[in-house]
Amino acid sequence: MTATATAIRVEGLEKSYDELAVLRGVDLHVEQGSIVALLGSNGAGKTTLVRILSTLLRADAGTASVQGYDVAAQAADVRESISLTGQFAAVDEILTGRENLMLVARLRHLPDAGRVADDLLARFDLVEAGARKVATYSGGMRRRLDIAMSLIGEPPVVFLDEPTTGLDPQARTEVWASVKELAARGTTVLLTTQYLEEAERLADRIAILHEGRIIADGTLADLKQLFPPAHVEYVEKQPTLEEIFLAIIGAEQKS
Amino acid sequence: MSATHAIGDTVVLTGRSMRHITRSVDTIITTAIMPVAMMLLFVYVFGGAIDTGSVAYVNYMLPGILLMTVASGVAYTSLRIFNDVQGGVFERFQSMPIARSSVLWAHVLTSLVANVISLAVVLAVAVVIGFRSGASVLAWLGIAGVLVLFTLGLTWLAIGAGLSAKTMEGASAFAYPLIFLPFISSAFVPTETMPTVVQAFAEHQPVTPIVNTLRALIEQQPVGTDGWLAVAWCLGILVVAHALALAAYRRRSA
Repeated sequence: MTATATAIRVEGLEKSYDELAVLRGVDLHVEQGSIVALLGSNGAGKTTLVRILSTLLRADAGTASVQGYDVAAQAADVRESISLTGQFAAVDEILTGRENLMLVARLRHLPDAGRVADDLLARFDLVEAGARKVATYSGGMRRRLDIAMSLIGEPPVVFLDEPTTGLDPQARTEVWASVKELAARGTTVLLTTQYLEEAERLADRIAILHEGRIIADGTLADLKQLFPPAHVEYVEKQPTLEEIFLAIIGAEQKS
Repeated sequence: MSATHAIGDTVVLTGRSMRHITRSVDTIITTAIMPVAMMLLFVYVFGGAIDTGSVAYVNYMLPGILLMTVASGVAYTSLRIFNDVQGGVFERFQSMPIARSSVLWAHVLTSLVANVISLAVVLAVAVVIGFRSGASVLAWLGIAGVLVLFTLGLTWLAIGAGLSAKTMEGASAFAYPLIFLPFISSAFVPTETMPTVVQAFAEHQPVTPIVNTLRALIEQQPVGTDGWLAVAWCLGILVVAHALALAAYRRRSA
């Protein structure tokens, strides 16, 4: 072990569904307090890997540990150290936002569930919506609530499985801000994404999962070196539609 | 994981799913409305043509109606589990440091409470249309015991169905044959009036001894061997359904 401790260690992990080999020997090390993006196309095995790491699924071969606990043999200890935000916002629609937060706080056996809930509502800009049923929330609000629920009890490792899939650009920016804030507090974050921009903006390291193996792993600078040297070219920079969209609604909201 | 946590977690999670019921009272009403309609239909339309001897027809058919109520009630249990799995809430709980069994037990307790409320509604309507019984407190405890045991068995069936269903319709479809089962039993007409083959089926399926037991308790008659048969069927269903549910549960993480 080096100076910085390893939060997540995956070695030779394999998993197949019937004939289909989804993970074919995955190796991955994530340092304490870093944000690592697991990049891959649909069906690359990202969710399978996250589900094994969060003790929801058993691997066929290989080992994986989180905070030093083996995910197969010490599942209960792993669950104490993690929280999972799945691909779809796992919130209870019939409860209010505040009740959802209190539910998780009680299940984590925290003393003052009501205060924990109110703090998080404030932190995630959901105070006004707190007393409303989640069924009335927008996609971005659900995701923010979902992430807020994952932070209760301050688990040292957080898994975010495609946290911004299906969100509009504004909601995506909100989620990015939440993730950055998390890392600033020293939480280790492993997030999966199929958006290159997301990986580029958030991650300290990027691991590319392709056909069941990690085929590249490093910082953005490392990965850039894998390409032939850049050659200079003059291009007129057009704003992207996303930039225009955000600029217009930004102006709208200020006025 | 300590035992006190397991109980505490179950209490917290039961509180959550009970809110699902108190905030959608319609599920209780829908559960009760079909058996109540069936009861009115049989008492006021068909009942006059059915000879049940000295027993008032409403008393005669109430046990079957109560079993039907439970069978339609557990369809919602299955639906609640299915929605938890589908929405990811189930996986969220599974990845948290809580007693894993408490997630299922919370649904079991909620199902039990919801069905008891529906049964009380149906019973109240029965009293309004003339149901009377001189059964002792002990006999009523027996009736309650059999109904609770039956509800538990069907609830675990519902949990297995909800865990393994692929669609919302599939999650509740298992309940339809159960709702239908009382028709081919001693619940509404004496089995002697049925053709031989149907009669053979009716007399060897679980609803008949359970109905006969409840009816005997209501009418202050000796329960006889039907009592043991009823309890054996209920326990058998419970054991098998529980095993099926746990198998469906394990398949989710294989």
